[in-house]
Amino acid sequence: MGIRFILMVNKQGQTRLAQYYEYLTIEERRALEGEIVRKCLARNEQQCSFVEHRNYKIVYRRYASLFFLVGVDNDENELAILEFIHLLVETMDRHFGNVCELDIMFHLEKAHFMLEEMVMNGSIVETSKSNILTPIQLMDKTS
Amino acid sequence: MNPFSSGTRLRDMIRAIRACKTAAEERAVVRKECAAIRAAINENDQDYRHRNLAKLMFIHMLGYPTHFGQMECLKLIASAGFPEKRIGYLGLMLLLDERQEVLMLVTNSLKQDLNHTNQYIVGLALCALGNICSAEMARDLAPEVERLLQFRDPNIRKKAALCSVRIIKKVPDLAENFINPAASLLKEKHHGVLITGVQLCTDLCKVSPEALEYLRKKCTDGLVKTLKDVVNSSYAPEYDIAGITDPFLHIRLLKLLRILGQGDADASDSMNDILAQVATKTESNKIAGNAILYECVQTIMSIEDNGGLRVLAINILGRFLSNRDNNIRYVALNMLMKAITVDTQAVQRHRATILECVKDSDASIRKRALELVYLLVNESNVKPLTKELIEYLEVSDQEFREDLTAKICSIVAKFSTEKIWYIDQMLKVLSEAGNFVKDEVWHALIVVISNAPDLHGYTVRSLYRAFQASAEQESLVRVVVWCIGEYGDMLVNNAGMLDIEDPITVTEADAVDIIEMAMKRHTSDITTKAMALIALLKLSSRFPSCSERIRDVTIQHEGNLVLELQQRSIEFNSIIAKHQNIRSTLVERMPVLDEATFIGRKSNSMAGTASIPNGASFNLPNGVAKPSGAPLVDLLDLSSDDAPAPSPAGSDFLQDLLGVDLSPASQQSGVNQAPNSGTNVLLDLLSIGTPSLQSSSSIPVTTDILLSSQNNKTPVAPLDELSSLSLSARATSIAGAAPMMDLLDEMKDNGPVYPSIIAFESSSLRVTFNFSKPPENSQTTLIQATFTNLSPNAYTDFVFQAAVPKFLQLHLDPASSNSLPASGNGSISQNLRITNSHQGKKSLVMRIRIAYKVNGKDALEEGQINNFPRGL
Repeated sequence: MGIRFILMVNKQGQTRLAQYYEYLTIEERRALEGEIVRKCLARNEQQCSFVEHRNYKIVYRRYASLFFLVGVDNDENELAILEFIHLLVETMDRHFGNVCELDIMFHLEKAHFMLEEMVMNGSIVETSKSNILTPIQLMDKTS
Repeated sequence: MNPFSSGTRLRDMIRAIRACKTAAEERAVVRKECAAIRAAINENDQDYRHRNLAKLMFIHMLGYPTHFGQMECLKLIASAGFPEKRIGYLGLMLLLDERQEVLMLVTNSLKQDLNHTNQYIVGLALCALGNICSAEMARDLAPEVERLLQFRDPNIRKKAALCSVRIIKKVPDLAENFINPAASLLKEKHHGVLITGVQLCTDLCKVSPEALEYLRKKCTDGLVKTLKDVVNSSYAPEYDIAGITDPFLHIRLLKLLRILGQGDADASDSMNDILAQVATKTESNKIAGNAILYECVQTIMSIEDNGGLRVLAINILGRFLSNRDNNIRYVALNMLMKAITVDTQAVQRHRATILECVKDSDASIRKRALELVYLLVNESNVKPLTKELIEYLEVSDQEFREDLTAKICSIVAKFSTEKIWYIDQMLKVLSEAGNFVKDEVWHALIVVISNAPDLHGYTVRSLYRAFQASAEQESLVRVVVWCIGEYGDMLVNNAGMLDIEDPITVTEADAVDIIEMAMKRHTSDITTKAMALIALLKLSSRFPSCSERIRDVTIQHEGNLVLELQQRSIEFNSIIAKHQNIRSTLVERMPVLDEATFIGRKSNSMAGTASIPNGASFNLPNGVAKPSGAPLVDLLDLSSDDAPAPSPAGSDFLQDLLGVDLSPASQQSGVNQAPNSGTNVLLDLLSIGTPSLQSSSSIPVTTDILLSSQNNKTPVAPLDELSSLSLSARATSIAGAAPMMDLLDEMKDNGPVYPSIIAFESSSLRVTFNFSKPPENSQTTLIQATFTNLSPNAYTDFVFQAAVPKFLQLHLDPASSNSLPASGNGSISQNLRITNSHQGKKSLVMRIRIAYKVNGKDALEEGQINNFPRGL
């Protein structure tokens, strides 16, 4: 299992989406999110996008006011994860049209459905944006 | 009705939460919402169930407990409609985890949905199963998932593949069922199926050697071809990232090839060409390309050796390392760490660049680089590297210093060939970052200094200079204080001058000044101050001209609020004032500390906790004995402020070194709770006074303390020597011993002595109790029980149990052993601590039960003890 969790956090440090692929209690999650956010948000743009924290490696990327943070195992390809974050953002862009924090907040379940199509149990399922979005759009039409 | 498009209340809740200005407001909103949801759940409200669950997921994301909604997920999953199921499964994945019992209830729904005619519902079930499946569910549902690996729609096959990954990880026994279907997934064209199929094969190889063998034989060539096709594929808009078709698939394929190639020359051979192609042809100006190159280098480094490819890989890393993008440099450093085991020389070539990275402004890069440098150090480059690192230490920022200091100390200790270099480097580190240095590091330094007699003068003079430059570093101050105490005369008379040194003029008063400064620094902690007091005592003898002044300083501390310092100053002061004749012997230079023992202890750590029983009838006149666990035990007690696993052994040693007490040992092992554990340096020193009455029996007694302090059975020379040394001193100065008695007699009054009792005696066993009281708590009695075997047969599995009435509290420490040699040829000792809440009104009483084996047969002895001394 490569990806352990995916977080979306705004620049105030509030969590906007959290998906864990391993079990942590609520207290552990809150603590972990707090620590990571403090560490990552304090870094400047010239610094690299990888932060080692506890036994995770955090790969993060900032898009406007939203940070995408992905916790991975130590032997995961950091650059690939960086590219994957971009793919995630592009996919959301295609669906929401220039995705922003509010889209994710008010359509949390949809964001999760998209993520579900892309990552399962910590591994990448699909990398084609149209393959990812087809079932989502289909579901929207039927419901 | 769709709760998300038309329902307003979810939006309202989110708006309300967004509008909250403080965490308290947010909590209030959430509490209100949760109450409403609970009410709805209780009423079994059907219409808003999905909306409520959506709210709960939001609340869960914010970090509030949502367990009460778990059953709602199950209800939604069980309902017929797709939208309900969809939100139900999402809730299941977010709110539940595989450890919960509730999950068992969902197995049946999952089974039905896996067999559903609607493939989207099958997809939902697969996804949920893949994320949360437990071992039991894996066993139940594996056949369904296996079947779905051949489903007509590729979107189901890809999910089934990842679901299988979860299943074989939970139940590795099931792996063999998946080998064939997984291998056939590798022949597919659909990228989703391929990438997940490759992932499944990778995990199969990890859990099952047979799978690895099978896939290596059957699939290596096919995978090489697949990779070739992907690399050479024409433009595919759906998968294209920066001109590369599906870099993620590239990376997964390279990962699997790495596993197949590792340890197998043939497999490695068959992938050489494609690896060479990837390594040379991949565009390296975008992240995607670099990600592939990075993965490719890892694969080349891991598979069986091919010189040409390795050169290629190392060159790529070199290019990465000089890249201006920090991300690329980071992965290069990361990769070099792995490459170092394969090709040290190649990595050494980049040493200068790596060293530059240690000084980078980016903490992530610094950390990687420092670890890499640490691996790069060897005998030949240690000096320049250490020099660089220490120079950098001077300018590094605070949060990095701890790491850096630890690494430098470790390098210096590991590779130092000559003592003077070691001492020089350590002094530099201590002066720059003494506050970050771990205790065992400066302990080790003192041991080395002590073992380098020709460098004593040089060291103490260097320390003197260092102190004047940087008196803020705690551990530097301690080493300075210790060395001036020991070798202060060499500082003043410039003894043992080396050619490289500049002569300095230091008067006796200057040396005392330093110690006084250390004493007065407001940042000095008790350990430092206590060390300073000892140094002063030593200097008072070495520098007679300063004796008066030193006395003044110690007198100032007689009123110190810290008991330890107060006590030391009073004692030292009386030595200075009243015992001139023995003082010089008392404060002799420490004997050379045994390096081998120190190293041995360091590695032995706390392996043996069984201590040798203390001399049974030994009771120190114990006014000064401190209970173990007092916050401020002794001079070098480190375990009270930090007790990292590896250090205690080293710290024990230093305690011996300074003749300090063993309470940390008793804290850790719980065996030395007898009051003599409070012995401190002074008592050791003063004990030379008492023996004049107790005759020579005190020699073994002192040794006993030592032995128990070490916690293992190798006697350490230094303090032994010290004590016998001072004991021999006693012989020559009996006159001096007499006045000392007063002091000690006074102390004796504080600690009432209780007679030992034979608590239990039968034809086969005798139990004796020795009593003592910790001074600070009169209700507590410490009992040392000693068991002696009176029969001709050895006992094994010896267990002592005791019970007391309610007004007593009993605490049993572990026994020193569980086997008892025959005929009194040894004994077991065990410490008990009893607290009597009715002290003075009721006396102690205890029932005991002793179980053991004689010649393999169980034996049991029981009894009651009523003959405790009064007043306990």
